[in-house]
Amino acid sequence: MTISGIISILDARVLCGEESLEQEVNSACGSDLMSDVLAFVKNKTVLITGLTNVHVVRTASMLDIHCIVFARGKVPGEDVLEEAKESGIVVLSTRYTTFTACGLLYQAGLRGSNECETKQA
Amino acid sequence: MQELTLADTYQVKAQDYAMAGDASAAIKRKLKQLGVDSGVLRRIAVACYEAELNLIIHSIGGTLTISMTPSEIKLASSDAGPGIPNIDQALTEGFSTASEEARNLGFGAGMGLPNMKRNADEFHIESEVGKGTQIRMRFHIKQG
Repeated sequence: MTISGIISILDARVLCGEESLEQEVNSACGSDLMSDVLAFVKNKTVLITGLTNVHVVRTASMLDIHCIVFARGKVPGEDVLEEAKESGIVVLSTRYTTFTACGLLYQAGLRGSNECETKQA
Repeated sequence: MQELTLADTYQVKAQDYAMAGDASAAIKRKLKQLGVDSGVLRRIAVACYEAELNLIIHSIGGTLTISMTPSEIKLASSDAGPGIPNIDQALTEGFSTASEEARNLGFGAGMGLPNMKRNADEFHIESEVGKGTQIRMRFHIKQG
């Protein structure tokens, strides 16, 4: 699905990256722990998180994660959005909790990174 | 002796969360410019970022060194303390000695060393309490 598709499913608003919404996403990760994200993420992944500090963007950037969704209506500070813009990452905010946001995306067919890998094997 | 196409060292300061990731981002950019395969690049990026964060979270400060020949990339992390009392324990997934400050920022999942080991083609760690920790990783580059 595309990032636009995710916006529809999560009734999300775009905080930055409006020009890049047609990019494909083929897996998802829900986590607030940076090293767990680093352990499991492959490419074209959307990150759903409640952690709104700048390290989320830096971790995402190292993995070429191109979309971050902040759950529970959270909005990060301007410093975080600036770094996201510099890294070319689309940032969304959804009113849903992390659990529900992940559930909605799973229901729509998105799978976790390690599940994607198993399918290809 | 293989030709060295890159050799850089980055200083990483203890507790410097504001700069966390800067050295890794610079290394990733350079390797990308040098045309390193994206799969290898991702593994190096993860290992490098984890190494940099470990230096910031756990050490008294240290260095990250990257070097590249046509067949492999070497990444080394070095610090002068405090040293790891039990390396096997430190390598266990989920084990972390990270501070409250680090955990509040989303770190301390206890996956740092395991992530480095899993992503590197070769991984060596030596540590002595009071002396410091040396980590050496090698990533093989596909030939041709």
